[in-house]
Amino acid sequence: MSSSGIHWFKYSSPASFYPVAGRLIPWFTALAVVFGVAGLYVSFFVAPTDFRQGEAYRIMFIHVPAAWMSMFIYVVMAVYATAGFVWNTRLSSMMARSLAPTGALFTFIALWTGSFWGKPMWGTWWVWDARLTSELILLFLYIGYMSLYAAIEEPRRAARASGLFALVGVINVPIIYFSVQWWNTLHQGASISFKNAPTMAASMLTAIVVMTLCFWMYSIAVVLTRVRAEILEQERHTTWVEALVREQR
Amino acid sequence: MLAGLQCILRRDMLLAVRRPTDVLNTLFFFVIAVSLFPLGVGPQKETLSQIAPGVIWVAALLAAMLSLGRMFSRDYEDGTLEQMALAPQSLSLLVVGKVMAHWLGSGLPLVLIAPLLGLQLGLDTNSLYILMISLLVGTPVLSLIGAVGAALTLGLRGGGVLISLLVLPLYVPVLIFGAGAVEAVRAGLGAQGHLSLLAAFLVFAAVFAPWTTAAAIRISIE
Repeated sequence: MSSSGIHWFKYSSPASFYPVAGRLIPWFTALAVVFGVAGLYVSFFVAPTDFRQGEAYRIMFIHVPAAWMSMFIYVVMAVYATAGFVWNTRLSSMMARSLAPTGALFTFIALWTGSFWGKPMWGTWWVWDARLTSELILLFLYIGYMSLYAAIEEPRRAARASGLFALVGVINVPIIYFSVQWWNTLHQGASISFKNAPTMAASMLTAIVVMTLCFWMYSIAVVLTRVRAEILEQERHTTWVEALVREQR
Repeated sequence: MLAGLQCILRRDMLLAVRRPTDVLNTLFFFVIAVSLFPLGVGPQKETLSQIAPGVIWVAALLAAMLSLGRMFSRDYEDGTLEQMALAPQSLSLLVVGKVMAHWLGSGLPLVLIAPLLGLQLGLDTNSLYILMISLLVGTPVLSLIGAVGAALTLGLRGGGVLISLLVLPLYVPVLIFGAGAVEAVRAGLGAQGHLSLLAAFLVFAAVFAPWTTAAAIRISIE
């Protein structure tokens, strides 16, 4: 362990992480705004009209990034929960708890925008195929995680119990991802792959990637804000929080 | 090793026999819940036989879920669960015993009475047979997954609703393939695929759920 350089483990203490998070939030907010404006511009003005679906397909530029984020955030949440189990760090479970509402929001957005896309494209608002059902289950898993955390009063038991539940549910994420390969579903298969060239126009791919970055930066900014509130609430009996509250008054 | 399992199994079966109301409550809830559907949907045979597999499976799910609260709560309240956690036998093994006893008390009666309810809703003999088999394979999965939920919510207020919230998303695949098996038989396709997948769920749950439940118990009792 080098004696110079950043001592990363120092930031696993809520007291040290609190000011750092505060300084990072404006940067991520700015990045989210920049990517958002750029992404929406490309989505609406640069990406061409789809030859089969017309203009309605443009909701894909919200739907796909939201769906990706919903799965990604769940995995990150499960990783933080595992870190809380393994190393017994309070901040890890605070981060997991802060991630859940944002993940649930993106899951809801994915389902909602998917419905709006489904009506013009398939003629129905909803269908019980594998991918939609497993995404709905993901929403229920997020809600279950948040309810379990809120239902237990003792913070350490709450963190560990809900962390275990999140780990049990993480198996749903690969099911969502591979559902279009394993079953004949109404939802289209993967058009973007690491191995083959994408089957869509380059500007559409750009728009999706930029909007994903926008949602990612937004998630980081919002989660850091939420974890700061979580830190203040759980550490309210410490001297540094009391001093902070006193000087804010 | 099996001695510990046998001991817990015998103890829980004895307790269940001494308190038959728990077993009978689950059974009667199942019967009543299924009987509500003809009253609500209307008595046309075609409609009823079409929705029968789903209705019976959903009622079985809800009945299994309602019985989860009592899996560990009594032992938790009088301190026996703590003693089990401290015992030299592995807690996962003791959990397997408890889950087996729970299934024998709440899952197996559902399997046995399901054909009668299927007849009530107008299912044919082939479908009744597959319904029984799908429930026979599926209800242990419900007990195993439910054990995790029951262990996570030990001693919490509002426990019943909270268990439902945790456990129902995990039950959905079992429901889909269980009811799907009966639907497949009625459509003339085989139920092998669905039943194989249910059996796979059973194996998966039997391997991972006891260990997860033991971890959840340790979280809840400390």
